[in-house]
Amino acid sequence: MTALLRATASEFAKVFSLKSWWLLGLIMVVYVGFTAAALAFFFSDLGAQLAGAGPGAPAPELDPVVAANLVYSSVTAVGLVIPLLFGALLATTEWRHGTLTPTVLAQPRRGIVLAAKAIVAAAMGVVYGVVGLVGSVGLGAPVLAALGEPTALGEPEVIAVLLRTLLATALWSLLGLGLGALLTSQIAAIVIVLAFTQFVEPILRLVASVWEWSASIGRFLPGSATDALVGAGILSSLGALDPSVPSATVDALLWWQGGLVLAALAAVLLVAASLTTMRRDVE
Amino acid sequence: MVTPTPLTIDSLTKVYGEVTALRDVSFQAAPGRVTGFLGPNGAGKTSTLRILLGLNRATAGSALIDGQRYRDLDAPFHRVGSSLSVDVFHPGRSGRNHLLTLAISAGISSARIDTVLDMVGLSEAGRRAVGGYSLGMRQRLGLASALLGDPDALVLDEPINGLDPDGIRWMRSLLRSLAAEGRTVLLSSHVLSEVQQTVDDVVVIRHGRVVFDGPLATLESGTSRVRVDAADRAALTDALTRAGATVELGSAGLAVLGLDVARTGEVARDAGLALTHLSDESDGLESVFLSLTADAAPPAPAAAEGSAA
Repeated sequence: MTALLRATASEFAKVFSLKSWWLLGLIMVVYVGFTAAALAFFFSDLGAQLAGAGPGAPAPELDPVVAANLVYSSVTAVGLVIPLLFGALLATTEWRHGTLTPTVLAQPRRGIVLAAKAIVAAAMGVVYGVVGLVGSVGLGAPVLAALGEPTALGEPEVIAVLLRTLLATALWSLLGLGLGALLTSQIAAIVIVLAFTQFVEPILRLVASVWEWSASIGRFLPGSATDALVGAGILSSLGALDPSVPSATVDALLWWQGGLVLAALAAVLLVAASLTTMRRDVE
Repeated sequence: MVTPTPLTIDSLTKVYGEVTALRDVSFQAAPGRVTGFLGPNGAGKTSTLRILLGLNRATAGSALIDGQRYRDLDAPFHRVGSSLSVDVFHPGRSGRNHLLTLAISAGISSARIDTVLDMVGLSEAGRRAVGGYSLGMRQRLGLASALLGDPDALVLDEPINGLDPDGIRWMRSLLRSLAAEGRTVLLSSHVLSEVQQTVDDVVVIRHGRVVFDGPLATLESGTSRVRVDAADRAALTDALTRAGATVELGSAGLAVLGLDVARTGEVARDAGLALTHLSDESDGLESVFLSLTADAAPPAPAAAEGSAA
C-alpha cells in the first residue's frame, strides 16, 4: 500500500514537472469553450434565423434543457481527445525518453507502476473534465443568456450531465493510458488517438446508425457509449436536430451501461498491457 | 551503515531471438572492491547488468544481490544504486525533479537530493532542464540517482564515458572511496586503460562468455615476459624452471614467462650465474586485454551488438 502511494505521488511529480499537462489543459478550455459558444449561438433563435430560411423562420423545436446540455457537453463532444492524449502520453513518454528504466528501478514491481499511473490518469481525467466544463459552461452559458435562451444551469438533468462529464473524461484518460501502454510507441499512440477520435469513429457511428443491426453494435463504440453515459451528444441528437438524417431506431444504452462499456474497454487495454508490454525487457 | 552486499552472477544465459547474448556467465563482485566488467561493445556487459537489476529477464541462470533478486529487495535503492544509460532522462524535466520523482517512489527524503547533487557537482545545473545537459552532466546525474539511496552496492555501465580528464580523476577517487567504505562497486567499460587505475578485480567478457576473472594483479602478471641470457644457458634454464618460470629458447637468449625482471635477476644471482642480457619484453596490459577480446574471425555479430549494447 505504501509502495502504491509512493509510486502514485511519484507519477504526479512526473506530470507536474513537465509543461505538457497545462498545455493540454489550455487547449481543452479554449477548444471546448469556443465550440460551446458556437453551439449556444447555433441553438438560439438568432442563430436559427441566420442559418435558416431567413427572418421569421421557426427555431428548431429543441427543448431548452436538451439544447443547454448539448452546449455544456461540448467537453465530451470535442474535448475527449485531450484526456485520451494525456493518458496515452503518461505511458508512452516512459518508452520515448527511456525513463521507464529509472521508473522500474525505483519500483521494480511493475504492476504497482501501472496501477499508480491508472490512479493519476483517472485523477487528471477529472481535472481535464473540470477544465473543459470551465470552457463549456463558462463560455456557453453567457452566450445562451446573452441571446435570450435559458441557461438551465439549475436543472437536475443538466447537473447530472455535468457530473457524468467528469466520469467520462476520467474513463477516456484511462483508455489513453491503456492504449499507450499497449502500443508503447508515442508516435503510433498520437496518430491512432487523433485518427480514431477525429475521423474513424464519427464515420463509423454515422454509417452504423443507418441500419438497425449495425446501430445495435454501433452503440458500443466508445463515442456512442460516452454519449449514453453523459446523456447528451451531437451525433446521437442529430435526429432531434434534423429529422432528415436517417436513423435506425435502436434503444440507446443507459447512462451506467455506457459507463460500463468504457470502463470495460479501459480495463481490457490495461490488463493486456500489464500482461505484455509491461512484462517485457526494458531496453 | 554499509551491509556487505556481494553481487553474484551465476550461469547466466540470455537469448534474444536468434542471438545468444550471454552463455553461462558467472562471476562475483565482492564488497569493498571495485570490479571492472570489461569487454568490447556488444559482448554482453549491458545485458548482464540489466538482468542483475531486474530490467531484463534471464533465459537461464541467476543474478543476485546479496542472495536476492532485485525485485525482491525490500528497499532496492538502499541496497544497490545504478546508472545504466545516459538516455533515461526526460529532456523537459530538470535534473533535480528527475531525482525527486525517484526519491518519492523509493521513499527517500528529498533532503538527500541536494546532498547527491552536491556530490556530483550539479548543485547549480540541477534546476535546469536535462535537455541542455552535456554527456558528462548526464553521466553525473545518472551517478547522483545511483547514490540517492546511499546504497551498499553500485552498478555503473560505462561511467567514464563522456567525462573530461578532471571528471575521470574525480570519478576514480569517488569510486575508490565508496569501495573503501565497504561498498561493492561494479562498473563496465570497453576500454581497460580507462578503469585500470580504479579497479581491483577484472572480469573480461567476449561474445557473451567470461574469458578472464580475477584480480587485476593476476592479469598484469600474466603479461610478464623477460628476455635473459647467460653463458651457461642450461644452468640458467634449470634455475628459472625450478623458480616456477616457463622458459623457451629464443633466437637471442631465453624467453621467460611467469617471472618479472627483478625476480629473474634474483634467481640468476642465487644460482651464481653471470647474465649477459636481461630485459623486460612484457606486453602492456592493454595488449593483453586486446588479445583476450580479439577475434580470430572478423567481428560478425552486429545483431548481438544491437540487442546487447
